[in-house]
Amino acid sequence: MGVEGIGARVARKEDKRFLTGKGRYTDDMSVPGMRYAAFVRSPHAHARIRSIDTSAAEDMPGVIAVLNGKQMLDDGIGNLICGWMIHSKDGSPMKMGAWRPIAHETVRYVGDAVAVVVADSVGEARDAAEAVVVDYEVLPAVTDAVKALEAGQPQLHPEAPGNLIYDWEIGDSAATDAAIASAAHVTEMKIVNNRLAPNPMEPRAALGIYDAAEDHYTCYTTSQNPHVARLVMSAFYNVAPENKLRVIAPDVGGGFGSKIYIYPEEIVCLWASKRAGVPVKWTSDRTEAFLTDAHGRDHVSTVKMAFDAENRVTALKVDTIANFGAYMSLFSSAVPTYLYATLLSGQYNFPAIHANVRAVYTNTVAVDAYRGAGRPEATYLLERTMETAARELGVSPAELRRINFIRSFPHQTPVIMNYDAGDYEASLEAAMKAADWAGFAARKAEAAGRGMKRGIGMSCYIEACGIAPSAAVGSLGAGVGLWESAEVRVNAVGTIEVLTGSHSHGQGHETTFAQLVADRFGVPLDSVSIVHGDTDKVQMGMGTYGSRSGAVGMSAVVKALDKVEAKAKKIAAHLMEADESDIVVENGALKVAGTDKSVPWFQMALAAYTAHNLPAGMEPGLKEGAFYDPANFTFPAGCYICEVEVDPETGKTKIVQFVAADDFGNIINPMIVEGQVHGGIAQGIGQALLEGVHYDPETGQLLTASYMDYTMPRADDLPSFQVSHQVTPCPNNPLGIKGCGEAGAIGSPPALMNAITDAIGNNDLTMPATPQKVWAALAASN
Amino acid sequence: MAKVAMTVNGRKVSRECEDRTLLVHFLRDQLALTGTHVGCDTSQCGACVVHMDGKAVKSCSILAAQAAGSEILTIEGLAAGGDLHPVQAAFKANHGLQCGFCTPGMVMTAVDMINRYGAKLDEKTVRENLEGNICRCTGYHNIVKAILAAAEEMGAAGRQAAE
Repeated sequence: MGVEGIGARVARKEDKRFLTGKGRYTDDMSVPGMRYAAFVRSPHAHARIRSIDTSAAEDMPGVIAVLNGKQMLDDGIGNLICGWMIHSKDGSPMKMGAWRPIAHETVRYVGDAVAVVVADSVGEARDAAEAVVVDYEVLPAVTDAVKALEAGQPQLHPEAPGNLIYDWEIGDSAATDAAIASAAHVTEMKIVNNRLAPNPMEPRAALGIYDAAEDHYTCYTTSQNPHVARLVMSAFYNVAPENKLRVIAPDVGGGFGSKIYIYPEEIVCLWASKRAGVPVKWTSDRTEAFLTDAHGRDHVSTVKMAFDAENRVTALKVDTIANFGAYMSLFSSAVPTYLYATLLSGQYNFPAIHANVRAVYTNTVAVDAYRGAGRPEATYLLERTMETAARELGVSPAELRRINFIRSFPHQTPVIMNYDAGDYEASLEAAMKAADWAGFAARKAEAAGRGMKRGIGMSCYIEACGIAPSAAVGSLGAGVGLWESAEVRVNAVGTIEVLTGSHSHGQGHETTFAQLVADRFGVPLDSVSIVHGDTDKVQMGMGTYGSRSGAVGMSAVVKALDKVEAKAKKIAAHLMEADESDIVVENGALKVAGTDKSVPWFQMALAAYTAHNLPAGMEPGLKEGAFYDPANFTFPAGCYICEVEVDPETGKTKIVQFVAADDFGNIINPMIVEGQVHGGIAQGIGQALLEGVHYDPETGQLLTASYMDYTMPRADDLPSFQVSHQVTPCPNNPLGIKGCGEAGAIGSPPALMNAITDAIGNNDLTMPATPQKVWAALAASN
Repeated sequence: MAKVAMTVNGRKVSRECEDRTLLVHFLRDQLALTGTHVGCDTSQCGACVVHMDGKAVKSCSILAAQAAGSEILTIEGLAAGGDLHPVQAAFKANHGLQCGFCTPGMVMTAVDMINRYGAKLDEKTVRENLEGNICRCTGYHNIVKAILAAAEEMGAAGRQAAE
């Protein structure tokens, strides 16, 4: 490793523009003639639209157009889709109800769009939106997924009787039941995974520009995957064919999953731009974001974990009900199935597992992947249950986990996944040492002397990242391949541009991807530029989610670099009249090994483009592309330990230390990886301690629709974190990378809840563990 | 409509705007200073923090007309030329930003905090004073580190200048 290569803590190349106010986010974009959109949204959770009267709105100052869903239908704009087919255990396909970008018959959640106003200013558009009169026939609503399955409840979609989207299973039911029946001990729990709002700090936005002369559309949008957006808008929503639709995701202010999906608003801005004849920009406000951005989690599960007389796990049985909201979002179906139930083996050697999952429609906004996507739900369920089992069995939580760790690899779990590498004991040891686990009893006693209740909890997580082998996910129902593409362009003077289908919205790709190239060729980091986020520049890509940019996106870059290096060596060998197999690339030069002959990198590049003296038959230029399709998932794993003090007078929890020990395989930039872990932990702590989406169960009104009502983690809610890395390289990709983007959010909630329940001596506590809930649980246990 | 004049980043400006125009929209839409962001509309998140007459304010909570005649400093005016202010440099050195959206507000708040507390800043004080700025990416760990490092750097520079 050089000072700028793989493994170096390089400060980020992209920072200066963000630090000086020169970042360019979608809402910062302005084009001549641009006008502004405001949506008319349903105030009801469930209603039939009797009529929409836009006449008053059309007469308001500055109004250019008031458009509705019927017009959109007439123009042939298609339904929004879910791109992953899941079959129920009876073999029937999932029951997908129609989702119109603008509703014209029925609204199914508070915030469902019913009309859009285009006007000269944001204020005028909003004024006019308020003047649109919609006559609704209000229908009864249901927001709770368990209740929505009961008889006699409001029905959301005629396609899905009983509001049931699918009833899916994985694993061996009979073997699992038999093992539970003959177990020495069974721990049973009900586990609720609370509903969350992702809340990237940049609200969603879209700018649609229709060029009538060229019959061409441009869309600036807050997307984690602009190519997928173009593909879906083109192939399914009939906005425009791909060659007439350019999608640009410029600087994007965080995503956490919520900006994977293609939402109604970007489709509407493009369509409205053609209809109204002006470029149309829409920017969400925060309440609109709470109402319309896809939420995360919202599972209710029961679990049975069986042990033999030696405290070895023998079986796991899980029944989960997943709330999907009013419509099936793009990847929603995969989250509680292949991203959740396939991880239920955790770090443990379970002989038998069975999971049943029912996905349910409710009158709430759509639920889809949010940082971790299924894996936090699996980890929370497993690690709360494992900790509870340790308490019931009278074994230390570390010891119970040690007894059951998987220790040889590759390991085939009973739920599809084949773990390729790991050392779970190493992370457990590192975390316990960093947390001074042995000294906890003394700290607890000291805290008790101050009247405080101190508790400690751990969590050993595993996740699957680097999604995913295309053929494998295709066989499981995915509508797309999950490879990644890259193109490496060496310019005539030797500087390098890397075009990638991965999208950076905080992850620092412009630095880490450049480190990869600097490391490979020994060229300065500053001579390497990363290009991403524009379908006119990068041919194709699958985007950034599931911690895939390193394991999949960078692997594609490596493949392209391999090709560039091979051609560069041929050119250098020809220039130096040496054998190509003797050429090595070092410190920005191509050298003949064992001699003092060398050609500087730039000179080789210049030779490629002057083409005056190339090997016979070689094409001029130096530019190579590659598509990389992963051979397997990657399996990051680790151990998190949380220590808390609960004030019994107020029920308030203070996190006194938080330790993370993660195995992400090889690391390109430790500084950036640590930052990803910090942010993930903060979101996990947010889930466990502070955050929760609440709908009024009768009316379906969203009660947590601003930062005054939804508790975002703030600096004084959190401690500084202790982070360390253990390294078992991933054997399935060229860099040995596993991925680090989601681990923090996956591993932290159970560690925190295990610590609080340890402190208060009452295991009956749900997330978020607000002071009120903790105080009540304490009172109940006394 | 109202005609509003103020000094922004050392330059006198005057624009016609709707009476209801907020300072943040005046800066973004009228002056094309898009570094100041809108993140929440309820003066909770602090992405819109600028300095008004030397004090940190949330520009989403002030009408442009209320700022008439005042001196406004935005993220774009914090450092001269191509340089970084010590707080900006500390954010970069300590990886105190990821997606960058909250960053301008964080930096403007941090500068104000250091102006008020100087070298007396400690971790607890920094965390309490960041109550009005929300970041979803960093978990605040490196933001706190960056502010403490900048406070120390600026304190040292101040002491050097005094000596």
